[in-house]
Amino acid sequence: MKYILLIVSLFAFHLTNSQSCSHTFSGEIHDFHNGASIEGATIYIQELNKYAISDKNGKFRFKNLCEGSVTVTVAHIGCETISLEITIQEDLFKIINLEHHFEALNEVKIEGHSGIKKTKTSQETVIKAETLEKYSASNLGDALKEISGVSSINTGNSIVKPVINGLHSSRIITLSNNVVLQDQEWGIEHAPNVDINSAGNVSVIKGSGALAYGGYALGGVIVLNPRNPSKTDSLYGQTITSAQTNGRGTNISSTLTKTYESGWYVSGQASAKRYGDFKAANYYLTNTGLDSKSFSFNTGFNSFEKGFNAYYSFVNNNIGILASSHIGNIEDLVNAINSNEPTVEEDFSYGIDSPRQDVTHQIAKASFYKRFKGIGKLNLQYDYQNNKRFEFDKRVGDDKNKASIDLTLQTHTVSSNLKIDKHDNKAFEVGFNAEYQNNFANPDTGIRRLIPDYDKYSFGAFITSEWTLNDKTLFDAALRYDFVNIDSKKFYQTSRWEERGYDADFSDIIINDLGTQLLTNPNFKYNTISASTGLTHQFNANNSILVNYSLSNRIPNPSELFSDGLHHSAARIELGDLRIKQEQSNRFSASYAYQTEFLKLNLEGFYNSINDFIYIEPTGVEQTIRGSFPVWEYQQTNAMLTGLDLSLNLTLNEHVHFANTTSYTKGRDLTQRRDLIDIPALKTINTISYNNKAWKNFNAELKSEWVFKQNEYPNNNFETYVATTDSYVLVDISTPPPAYHLLHFSTDVTLPTSKNTNLNVGLNISNLFNTSYREYLNRLRYFADDLGRNIMIQLKFNY
Amino acid sequence: MKSLKYLSLLFISILTLTACSSDEDPEIVNEEELITTVTAVYTPVGGGDVVTLQYKDLDGEGANAPVITVSGSFQTNTTYEGNVTFLNETTDPADNITLEILEEGDEHQLFYLTTGSLNSVTYSDDSSDLDSNGFPIGLKSIFTTTGAASGTLTIILRHEPNKDAANVSSGDITNAGGSTDASVTFSIVVE
Repeated sequence: MKYILLIVSLFAFHLTNSQSCSHTFSGEIHDFHNGASIEGATIYIQELNKYAISDKNGKFRFKNLCEGSVTVTVAHIGCETISLEITIQEDLFKIINLEHHFEALNEVKIEGHSGIKKTKTSQETVIKAETLEKYSASNLGDALKEISGVSSINTGNSIVKPVINGLHSSRIITLSNNVVLQDQEWGIEHAPNVDINSAGNVSVIKGSGALAYGGYALGGVIVLNPRNPSKTDSLYGQTITSAQTNGRGTNISSTLTKTYESGWYVSGQASAKRYGDFKAANYYLTNTGLDSKSFSFNTGFNSFEKGFNAYYSFVNNNIGILASSHIGNIEDLVNAINSNEPTVEEDFSYGIDSPRQDVTHQIAKASFYKRFKGIGKLNLQYDYQNNKRFEFDKRVGDDKNKASIDLTLQTHTVSSNLKIDKHDNKAFEVGFNAEYQNNFANPDTGIRRLIPDYDKYSFGAFITSEWTLNDKTLFDAALRYDFVNIDSKKFYQTSRWEERGYDADFSDIIINDLGTQLLTNPNFKYNTISASTGLTHQFNANNSILVNYSLSNRIPNPSELFSDGLHHSAARIELGDLRIKQEQSNRFSASYAYQTEFLKLNLEGFYNSINDFIYIEPTGVEQTIRGSFPVWEYQQTNAMLTGLDLSLNLTLNEHVHFANTTSYTKGRDLTQRRDLIDIPALKTINTISYNNKAWKNFNAELKSEWVFKQNEYPNNNFETYVATTDSYVLVDISTPPPAYHLLHFSTDVTLPTSKNTNLNVGLNISNLFNTSYREYLNRLRYFADDLGRNIMIQLKFNY
Repeated sequence: MKSLKYLSLLFISILTLTACSSDEDPEIVNEEELITTVTAVYTPVGGGDVVTLQYKDLDGEGANAPVITVSGSFQTNTTYEGNVTFLNETTDPADNITLEILEEGDEHQLFYLTTGSLNSVTYSDDSSDLDSNGFPIGLKSIFTTTGAASGTLTIILRHEPNKDAANVSSGDITNAGGSTDASVTFSIVVE
């Protein structure tokens, strides 16, 4: 508004005063983006009830106006209507700028509004706040399973990592308030360090098409958007609290936001969760408690032209790991697999003992944007992340309470992009990011480092383009280049160094020979290119398609390069390889959508061909003092993944809805002609729901979740000698558990408490029949059943 | 525009500041609780040759295979008193893990398993081999030979076993549970 007034004063002609009603008010209406004239805008003087319409040059004119103040309203289709206070003392000419780009406007007012997608030709699904709120007491990984084609890989029930179309960990980018999470995402037992309650909505983009965030997301990108501040004078908030039977715990989360019409906003959010031992259908899962705390603070200023955002978030999770999963050797693993119940079963307790993990993640971010007339919008951002990870194992003596893993990962990122949106039918975005990361592994643990100390320097630059070919067809293309340098200092045991053959290939990186150990300096540089292109076409009101091709390259992560040692909970020796190269994915995808008033159908297919796919597989057996262990080595092969995700919504009548999501993924190792490990099994979810707005917005929903047995898996079973029985036994680590079917029920009503506030009361029962089952993608499936019935009451107070 | 200039200046300074990290070498870690060496010494009651069984794996989880030595054969019709020690020899001087096991006796127990024609190995009733709850720790054992025999002896150290489960205190590992800290096997001859 100030800007417009400024223009007014700049362009105002100062003519001689006259007292009569003979003044002229004229001007031109321009598009802010490209300065072009806008034809057909309505200019209305309220006090005089006079209209004018701008001509093809954007010009308008009012004659015979008297002196005085008037309110002028300028409106045009596709633009935000603006009002101006004008004082007429003489003839007046002014240029009025309209904000012509609706979508760009929405982006400013309410960044990441639910329903606005981040990408145009990628397979993207948005989970709205309402759905996320149901998972307030749970975690991100569980909420994302609402999306067809998204599953999870778990370590127990609190460490849940999203899997998109069969890929996870470092093949997925997680973005929290526009910050790419750097939280040691390579490990399967490292869940994303975000609080689901801090997000307003979440988008999942399948595949690597969203190149602005990085070129290595072979699986996909998860985008958590904060709640949108509105541009009104308002104070509002929400408190969600719940209590549940399983884990005998509670959850509370509150947000409070103050917004101003001027565009300023300030918002705070805090959550806390506390659970004791969870329960499977028939027994307690000893030491599976959870203590989680988080808070975030968000403030800034938004206007059409410029704005800034400052954000801080803190997330701490202290998670107990199932006691019976702590094993010492293969014999313990055999005992665990062959016994149907966990080896440790105790009464319920809130205690969280070793093994456990205690992870704190902090993000500080500052960003700024400015719009330039006739060019577009420039963003600048700096963010800092600190990830502090402790893992506690069962230890003896003086080391009893000492962490086994103590890592500090710090990341600084500077990024900038320019969105050029002055053209009506095309848009471009160019950008870069520069990142410095440092990992420090504290030697005081008294245990050899799992991940070495390293410095990582990355630089990336990208350009994306979007072309509206006609009102039914949109085409986009994007290109990205990345440079990464990993400079690490790692100790190798001399025996391992020689066994790996590194003495022949890497003798030049040894910086200190300490006898039984060598200090080395692996310093690797990688250059990668990624690209994406796609097309969307709307055939008619009901039918549309989307096709996309993405090329992406992912460099090996620290565990793929540097792992070297016993992984206790898996009872295997894991070995990385310094020779591992980047992997490359070519992903083709196509979607078909059909939409009528009663039926919404979305069918998504993909084929992902991955060269030099990095994976881990057993290669032999080594003797240690604890007994013999299988050795698993990171290797590379050519692989392919393909699959089909269906989602269907049917409106049966005003009150009754039916929904289905079904997904099937297949993964093959093309070189060895066998199936890939850890590919999610065929899953189908059917939901029938009843809603009646007249009965306090009553909802009831019955959900059936059917997970088939995974019959496509590699056979990595092996035989081992068991001293206690003096015999050789088969260690069946491969066979997936049987199919299972779960029923879930939920219901809620919304009770108005005052004009602007309401209370939503909900009841959720998951695993209604207390079915005992195990899930293929839960790494603790050898040791115990998955969760039994849970009854939860949730109160949601909106104010 | 001015704020833009300051902001970019800020970014550049942060980048240069953080880019100059210290270039010091990381500290070496020698595994603290690592057991590298298990030694079982069997002394015949009333004199004779001591039999020493030793399992040594100095690089722990490293690639080198362990070195297993048996000093000689056991004599027939003899009672041997056994004593097991655990060492971490990666540190200098070597760390005697046996002391930690004794100190936390209620969380540890050794088990002896024999195969072939060997007689079984039983716990010594020496009171120094009992934990604070009166359950055996198992560092001390008795091996009584009769006729000629051969087979393997496996010594297993369990952490946090269920000491009051059925038969565990008499040395039966079946119901012991817990996790295995060491499991070493020796080929033995009685002649």
